[in-house]
Amino acid sequence: MAGKTATSGVVPASGWQKFWSDFSESPTAVGALFVFLVVLFIAIFAPIVSPTNPYDLASVDIMNSRLEPGSQDFEGNVFWLGTDGAGRDMLSAIFYGLRVSLGVGALSGVVALIIGAAVGLSAAYFGGRFETLAMRIVDIQLSFPSILMALVILAVFGKGVEKTIIALVLVQWAYYARAARASALVEKNKEYVEAAQCLALGDRRIILHHIMPNCLAPLIVVGTLQTAHAISLEATLSFLGLGLPITEPSLGLLIGNGFEFMYSGDYWISIFPGVALLITIVSINLVGDQLRDIFNPRLQR
Amino acid sequence: MDPILQIKDLQTHFFTKAGVLKAVDGVSLEIGAGEIVGLVGESGSGKSITGFSIMGLVDAPGRIVGGQILFKGQDLAKLSPAEMQAYRGNRIAMIFQDPMMTLNPVLRIETQMVETILSHDSSVSKIDAHARARDALGLVGISSPDERLRAYPHQFSGGMRQRVSIAIAMLNRPDLIIADEPTTALDVTIQGQVIHEMQRLCQETKTALLWITHDLAVVAGIAERICVMYAGRVVEQGPNANVIAAPMHPYTTGLLGSVPGQNRRGQPLQQIEGMVPSLMNLPTGCAFQNRCNLVSDICTSTNPDAISTKDGRLVRCHNIAAGDSA
Amino acid sequence: MTPLLTVSNLSRDFVKSLDMVAKVLNRLGQNYREEVVHAVDDVSFSVFKGEIVGVVGESGCGKSTLGRMVAGILPPTSGQVSFDVTQAKNTDIPDALRTQMIFQDPFSSLNPRKRVIDIITEAPIHHKLIAPSEKRAFAIEMLQRVGLDPDTLERYPHQFSGGQRQRVGIARALAVSPEFLVCDESIAALDVSIQAQIINLFVDLKDSYDLTYLFISHDIGVIEHISDRVIVMYLGRIVETAPIETFVKQPNHPYTQALLAGVPRLEVGKRQYEPISGEIPSPLSPPTGCHFHPRCKFATARCKAEKPALREIAPAHFSACHLNDEA
Repeated sequence: MAGKTATSGVVPASGWQKFWSDFSESPTAVGALFVFLVVLFIAIFAPIVSPTNPYDLASVDIMNSRLEPGSQDFEGNVFWLGTDGAGRDMLSAIFYGLRVSLGVGALSGVVALIIGAAVGLSAAYFGGRFETLAMRIVDIQLSFPSILMALVILAVFGKGVEKTIIALVLVQWAYYARAARASALVEKNKEYVEAAQCLALGDRRIILHHIMPNCLAPLIVVGTLQTAHAISLEATLSFLGLGLPITEPSLGLLIGNGFEFMYSGDYWISIFPGVALLITIVSINLVGDQLRDIFNPRLQR
Repeated sequence: MDPILQIKDLQTHFFTKAGVLKAVDGVSLEIGAGEIVGLVGESGSGKSITGFSIMGLVDAPGRIVGGQILFKGQDLAKLSPAEMQAYRGNRIAMIFQDPMMTLNPVLRIETQMVETILSHDSSVSKIDAHARARDALGLVGISSPDERLRAYPHQFSGGMRQRVSIAIAMLNRPDLIIADEPTTALDVTIQGQVIHEMQRLCQETKTALLWITHDLAVVAGIAERICVMYAGRVVEQGPNANVIAAPMHPYTTGLLGSVPGQNRRGQPLQQIEGMVPSLMNLPTGCAFQNRCNLVSDICTSTNPDAISTKDGRLVRCHNIAAGDSA
Repeated sequence: MTPLLTVSNLSRDFVKSLDMVAKVLNRLGQNYREEVVHAVDDVSFSVFKGEIVGVVGESGCGKSTLGRMVAGILPPTSGQVSFDVTQAKNTDIPDALRTQMIFQDPFSSLNPRKRVIDIITEAPIHHKLIAPSEKRAFAIEMLQRVGLDPDTLERYPHQFSGGQRQRVGIARALAVSPEFLVCDESIAALDVSIQAQIINLFVDLKDSYDLTYLFISHDIGVIEHISDRVIVMYLGRIVETAPIETFVKQPNHPYTQALLAGVPRLEVGKRQYEPISGEIPSPLSPPTGCHFHPRCKFATARCKAEKPALREIAPAHFSACHLNDEA
């Protein structure tokens, strides 16, 4: 019998602790994460947090329209960010708008991730003609500007929430596919995958249980950055009047609707939703950047 | 004869988030002019860091925190980076395990060699520098040097690249070459060629050589003296024949016993139980205590000093008395 | 006695086929050819039950490719590997599991996201060799077999040292009760003192569990220590096969002789190395005839023209060298 071997002397910190300690090396990223969590909280709990429900027709009074930020209505409620053309409280509208923007962005991101990862992982694992075909499609898709593609899809299929989400998914899946394939190719050549093949575990099990979990890190990074991209894309589409309908007002729609008032000096109807959009996207991007740096194996940590 | 390099009680520590890593913790050794010394140890022993410390190549978060590195009387540890620049590649050269650490993949060999010469002596003309580069390649046994000079590193095989690295190291006729695992990544037959070249070169040019490796068999074949390192300290050093034939430190004995070969067929290899302790958490006393079969109370409380033996060795072990021989 | 494992005329080519551009250019008169590497070229040998057969050679010799074909991970281009099922101990194990492989790199041979208990028990559970309820007890037994502390069951690979990870890899292979193990440079990445531990472990396990090994290594010292028979490969071909004593004392093929002469030995005193000249040729364009002829001191015109056959020159001693014909 082989002699005793001492086990590792020092048991390192758990995965989450290490992750947090790496992440918090950047104060910017921590700040951005905090901001994003606030945005997320607002988006999820919009009905509770917002001062009014701007889409409850009973509580909206046209008499309150186009009031400046800080003005009050006749009951004494303060419109901190002013009101829009119909008398809706901007702050509340922004809160609800965040909900829609984040919801659409996140949902389309998740669906695109699932589709893209499936294609990318399979292409990498099986190789051959399937891989060539799939990756050429990805390349072609990625060579089109995303705005253009989304516009074309929506022009053909019409407006609406589901159609917008479908358009966003169709535009984004290729990024995920490329990231998934790249990282799956690296993992496929590692010996633990060969060991799994030697143990006759079957292709499906190997892809789902062995390769995919080890490809998650780059996919999460792409996901974070892509979600921000999706949110901004949706905002652009809505601004142009092509994306979501009036009944699901996103930040883009608010900006679009408020644009006409810019010329008369009622800047707050367009600018504040714009600032909210900016804060959301920038915070997600900063978090995504730090995630990318942490997960980058070349940077010696 | 005065030693060309004298390291006295060198300490190089790494200050990381998780703690202080004492990579080199009290290393003393000497190399005479034209002497070949083997520095042997496993991973984590600190042998490579010792080499980097001599060259001034230790980067943050590490730095030399104590001791002296006397090269011909000058303490290298005290020099500024600019002053060290004058020595590096000039009086002291280094060869790495991966020749691509020396060779720039986008430069032709001649560009890099000429640059090495001119950066230390700008009075040399380009033509002379080119001629010297040619000669250096010939020195390491590379045929058709003119063609080879115009080539890029990727056009060479691993063994050839390593020879080019050796040629670059020899360009300015250094007094000392530090070779960090130079043949570890090479095939056996190529390794033989490179060892042969280095042996011949050092004999002809009287260059001192510090050969850092984990492979005892390699240093047994070429070194005059052998230093064995463990956990940042030199535990035994002495003449080649003595250390190999009759090791005194328990670690050296264990290491020699671990090497497989045809003269041990059928018997289990000697195992050193346990593992190297964490360099951030070295025990008080001798670093080898938890793996040693001769351990006693004094080993756990006091770090042994280097004791001179009758046959010219220095051993750090409480079980050796001064003046002992094997 | 019949062999447990027979390898017959096994070959493996790696082809870099022409892409569209090259094909078009070929039609226009250019002469692009596919690049073919004969990684393993018509290799045949047998392994008997209970033996340790060492495979030794330098870069490009094809030993790793050979190992992967024997283990069933890589399909051969031609030839076959046959396992004599009648000599198997355990008849309820699926055939695919009878040959397992121990890999080289302790850092990439274990799935970093799985705990050790899952790494070891995944295959036995998947193939229904053990019930899920027995998972923990089984894993503990496996860890003990390879000399690891059972308390480490719940840990992840990055919490172990290199030597310990190799032990986990060995436990993973043993968990499916294989008969035959291919060890592909399994100790190359470890420190010398840890290598000794693992070598001793291999020998103990062979005796305890009645295993047969194909031990691939570039380290001649290890091969000499552990093997019963040795196969020497050069650029995809077997150049010599011999029992260990013969290999050490009377190597026949000039390449084997050069290899043994060039190995650093732990003997007292300095030695002068007299290496053979020349580089190892690229597998993309190996020399004609006998692959070794450009570096061989004794090469003749026939060596350049004709590929030497692997012939038995003494009982159980095979060599592929034209010089034996003259004798």
